[in-house]
Amino acid sequence: MGMPPGASGRDQVLASVRRALGRKGEAPEPEAVTARLARPQQNTIPMRAQLQQPELTELFLSMAADAQATVVRLPSRERVPAAVADFCREHGLSAQAVIAPASPLADLDWSTGGVAVETRAVRSGDPVALATAAAGIAETGTLALLSGPENPVTGNFLPDNHLVVLEERDLLGTPEDLWAMLRERGLPLPRTVNWITGPSRSGDIEMTMLMGAHGPIRLHILFVDAGSGA
Amino acid sequence: MTLATQSRNFPEQVRVARADGNLQQALGRLKFGLTLMRGAAVDRLPEFERLRDEAAAIRDHTLTHLDHYLLRFEQAVTERGGHVHFAVDAESANAIILEICREAGARKVTKGKSMVTEEIELNEHLAAHGIECLETDLGEYIVQLRRERPSHIVAPAIHVLKSQVADAFAEHHGEAPPGGRDEAASLMAEARAVIRRHFLEADVGITGANFAIAETGTTVIVTNEGNGDLTQSLPKVHIAVTGIEKVVPTLEDASTLIRLLSRSATGQEAAVYNTFSTGPRRAEDPDGPEAFHVVLVDNGRSSMLGSEFQEMLRCIRCGACLNHCPVYGQVGGQAYGSVYPGPMGAVLTPSLAGIDAAGHLPNASTFCGACEAVCPVRIPLPKMMRHWREREFESGLAPRTQRLGLGIWRFAARRPRLYRTLAAAGARLLRIAGGRRGYLRRLPLGRGWTAWRDLPAPAGETFHAAWRRRRHER
Ligand code: SF4
Repeated sequence: MGMPPGASGRDQVLASVRRALGRKGEAPEPEAVTARLARPQQNTIPMRAQLQQPELTELFLSMAADAQATVVRLPSRERVPAAVADFCREHGLSAQAVIAPASPLADLDWSTGGVAVETRAVRSGDPVALATAAAGIAETGTLALLSGPENPVTGNFLPDNHLVVLEERDLLGTPEDLWAMLRERGLPLPRTVNWITGPSRSGDIEMTMLMGAHGPIRLHILFVDAGSGA
Repeated sequence: MTLATQSRNFPEQVRVARADGNLQQALGRLKFGLTLMRGAAVDRLPEFERLRDEAAAIRDHTLTHLDHYLLRFEQAVTERGGHVHFAVDAESANAIILEICREAGARKVTKGKSMVTEEIELNEHLAAHGIECLETDLGEYIVQLRRERPSHIVAPAIHVLKSQVADAFAEHHGEAPPGGRDEAASLMAEARAVIRRHFLEADVGITGANFAIAETGTTVIVTNEGNGDLTQSLPKVHIAVTGIEKVVPTLEDASTLIRLLSRSATGQEAAVYNTFSTGPRRAEDPDGPEAFHVVLVDNGRSSMLGSEFQEMLRCIRCGACLNHCPVYGQVGGQAYGSVYPGPMGAVLTPSLAGIDAAGHLPNASTFCGACEAVCPVRIPLPKMMRHWREREFESGLAPRTQRLGLGIWRFAARRPRLYRTLAAAGARLLRIAGGRRGYLRRLPLGRGWTAWRDLPAPAGETFHAAWRRRRHER
């Protein structure tokens, strides 16, 4: 390979790449690379998602429904406990839910809805767990969740029913809007950014698409939307 | 060690596949599932063609500057507290991963779906060193239980019938759960329960990475099941294994490619889970892996750079070319004897394993062009298969009969008068042999064709002759 004996895998791979690209050796970074990384540019953005309200909300709701998520519109965050109670009743679940200790949802008045709330880490097999979405992406009916104390990442995958609160003001058009928002807050990105579009599924047995492969069997979105008039 | 294949036995494996009624039944679903759904999803996105151009350009740009983007990716991962390892070949990739597992004191490893770890045969390597390595994608899990290789890069168990899944579960899980094993839903629930226990016990989680973002040092997985996420967020250590060509510059570039990937693969507007992982868990994080490693595997990829096969490195492993390929649709993935089957495999497998090992695969094409027509990154797959055929012929690897036949044809073709005489005689002869039915059931030297379908008999007149006659008639 023309490499000194004992050259690391790193040096060998980089040397092969450089040789294949016809470089003489290590070259300074070209401006095209430096600029592209320093000032990330958007590529084509689908027209579909370039909308104002109320069309943006309508698109989000219909795309989420297409992805088999269920959505309930609430006029205020105070209505979340009652909506969780409704969900449990509708699906024949006992009225209990898990919330991360640092979640802003823990501060809601849970005495009203009749749901017994535990503030702790989600465990495997928990029937219902709550989370908050940092953003909604209307283009595809997607929720964006950021890992951290408020939303520990395993809580998105371990419960059977994942109930996610999304505020209308956090609704965005596209993933590119999400990156712009996170850049504004200042990178680095959180450990995990999860885009979630509907409940877990698999078509691996005879191509029959079934919900609840490994992650949540149901994804229920609690959409807090002052304009809903509900 | 490079890519291990059984591609030499392709002709024999094709015969087996064609005679396998179960397989033919399973393959029949492809057409009415994935291809129709892809078509509908493309119709819903008017910008699709423009996005394909942009996606190909993003890949070309990155490949042209691959050394720089690899360095930038490495730097960004390191800044976030992760580790990047470069592996020259399969052997060194396996050694690196084994070492990380040993350092973590790992006994059990869970795995998300990853074609590169199939390519390097990681499971076997870890098992040989006493580490249990469990596939968690439902299709991969079924294939692992059946001691097979995946037959499709997106739907690994596409060749397996429900009843065969039930048999595999009976063998490995023992007594059936209360729901029985007749329905796909109960089989999936059974797998969910069994695999969930493995997730909770694993010491290390290994995933692939659909993209590696240089700007932020982020790896991306695109899945529907959520198994990749449980794999990478529950254990202490997360290892992402991927090819060096998977680097993309920015979050925006990754987003463009993701738009094309899920639509091309399954016809979904978006996969259920697109997950962006940057470094290990942060000081304030209550969960997530304490260590984050990325293993970037070369294993023959760098030798494609700067060659006539460079464009193949644009591939985002969507599987659309498999789903639309008439040959794949007839023989399925296992006949190819490589983890990369279908049109993309017909180009990639010889590149990674050598043309002497995989020379049959670029010949397994009708050149209908469907693969190139659907490829989201516009890879000219037929052109590259032709390159491989040329190389195979030039290096004297083509079978003797084929070389002889081509030699005779060349001899005649260079002598127009002789060629016309022979062609006219042949056409007349076949016309007579076709009789009143107008087609041939058997043909000397042509059994490869007539064993499966009749050959329409020629019109009895050559094109040359017909052309001349018409000119005179005018
Ligand atoms: S070659 Fe193109 S169509 Fe085939 S898997 Fe790769 S990206 Fe998809």
